[in-house]
Amino acid sequence: MTRHHALKDNEDTTPQVTEEKLRLLRNKIHYLMGLYPSYQGALLPSLYAAQEIFGYISPEAIGEVSNITGVSAAQIKGVACFYAMYKTKPMGRHIIQLCTNVACMIEGAEDLVAYLGEKYGLTPGGTTQDGRFSLVIMECIGACGTAPSMILDSDSYDNLTKDRLDTLLESYK
Amino acid sequence: MENIILKKTGSSGTIAIESYIAQGGYKGMERAVGDMTPRDIIDEIKSSGLRGRGGAGFPTGMKWQFASLDPKFPRYLVCNADEGEPGTFKDRPILEHNPHLLIEGMIISAYALQSSIGYIYLRGEYPHAKRVLETAIEEALARGYLGNDILSKHFRFNLTVHFGAGAYICGEETALIESLEGRRGQPRLKPPFPVNSGLWGKPTIVNNVETLANIPWIVSNGAKAYASIGVKECPGPKLFSVSGKVNKPGVYELPMGITLREIIYDHCGGIKGGRPLKGVIPGGISTPILSPESLDCPMDFVHLPKHGSMLGSGAVMVFDDTVCIVKVYERAMRFFEHESCGKCTPCREGTAWMRAILSRIEQGKCSENDLETLQDVAENIAGKTFCPLGDGAANVLLAAMKIYRDEFEYHIKNKRCKVNAA
Ligand code: SF4
Repeated sequence: MTRHHALKDNEDTTPQVTEEKLRLLRNKIHYLMGLYPSYQGALLPSLYAAQEIFGYISPEAIGEVSNITGVSAAQIKGVACFYAMYKTKPMGRHIIQLCTNVACMIEGAEDLVAYLGEKYGLTPGGTTQDGRFSLVIMECIGACGTAPSMILDSDSYDNLTKDRLDTLLESYK
Repeated sequence: MENIILKKTGSSGTIAIESYIAQGGYKGMERAVGDMTPRDIIDEIKSSGLRGRGGAGFPTGMKWQFASLDPKFPRYLVCNADEGEPGTFKDRPILEHNPHLLIEGMIISAYALQSSIGYIYLRGEYPHAKRVLETAIEEALARGYLGNDILSKHFRFNLTVHFGAGAYICGEETALIESLEGRRGQPRLKPPFPVNSGLWGKPTIVNNVETLANIPWIVSNGAKAYASIGVKECPGPKLFSVSGKVNKPGVYELPMGITLREIIYDHCGGIKGGRPLKGVIPGGISTPILSPESLDCPMDFVHLPKHGSMLGSGAVMVFDDTVCIVKVYERAMRFFEHESCGKCTPCREGTAWMRAILSRIEQGKCSENDLETLQDVAENIAGKTFCPLGDGAANVLLAAMKIYRDEFEYHIKNKRCKVNAA
């Protein structure tokens, strides 16, 4: 399950670890722990929180989550790499999650992947040179009736064409 | 037929609690919590004949009864909103446009099951639904429909949205439970069943979004009215999410037992460009494909198995003659390979192996006996895996290879696609 996380290490896109960010994460985890009868129950949402704050699940974040929840760092890493939506390496500023599963495929999703490669130098699992976009290939995003479709950061877009893709990407600086 | 689940969606909107209430929402909950005993509700659901809409089709009332007989507390109620089956997007309109219908269904269910804690396990691919559900939960809390003293009846129920992180296997209820507990989502051995030993070892009822969305109507209108919809063994309405080469893809609420022909030609406007129909996957990618000969098969849990397939999630995927079946199954197998949780060898290794052979065939790099090997591998995986994922992967491929044998053979013999050659 790890291959979608591959990314060229890019110094510029590595977010800084600050005391402020760590404090934010701590507060969030403490809140989340109240929603589950066991501390480990809060692990998945805590990892999302870490990803939101640091841009990816950084080693520092894993350490912090481990300290608070009592789940070992090794176990946390094991959990993080099991799920496709956790990013365990730094990513671009915007994440394009494009579906190529059957419904999207028969409506031309693979042409869109090729187009992103040609025009933006963006390959599956990769990030653009300027660190603006990363591309993740998705396994069905529940938009089969309006295929091909993608999630860009946390917005969904349907009925994609090359033109529409261009226009959309333009608005994500 | 009057729409039960999709009735309240549409332009007037039911996202906000006021508009949901204005359209008669939360009446079922008031009736249930105000006038009925938990036992009454379970009996009502049992006699309605409602079967789970997640794929397995297990009778909902019976599941509830099993859980209610277990003396352990707390009991957990979990809504399975992890619809990850490719082709399926039926729960999405409920989650994004009618969140209170689901919440009302969960409150009634929680009351019937005497559960005080509920989770909505929502797939990570629906960030918009997460925002909508969280707002709806706050609205319900503010009205006293959720919280520690619901309708001043000393009934307590709190609900949390738990965001999944992109693992198809978490749609399987025991894997979902593992995931909710903060672990890798790998299926558990059954028995014990979750109704007796689920989340943190306590009785846990996992119901699909669509199943729960039926509950308010059954409680308000009675089991008898509900049982008169659909077919005898599988009553009620069913959501079908239709995709592929039809003129009007989308989510349709239709009576259980409707035929594929009616869905495709009467409701979805037929095949795009009037082209010939080549095949239909009736219930999502892990249900075996059907040839056009099966078009008149009623879509329900009982009749589809007689035609060699399953209702699954009711995700109808339609292929016309421009679609290459080998390519479809190569992509499908890539999915199964990616989503195999890795727990058992036949699935972990077998899906990768089947995908590798299919890729070779697709790319024209295959050898003469590849088809035989593929058949052999698939037959040795089917029935030998820990959970239905690996089994399904092998069975859907075997079905496709049987119906579209000539297309696979053409690929191997000519090292190219029959569809593109035509
Ligand atoms: S069949 Fe596949 S998904 Fe199911 S337990 Fe085995 S490896 Fe995991």
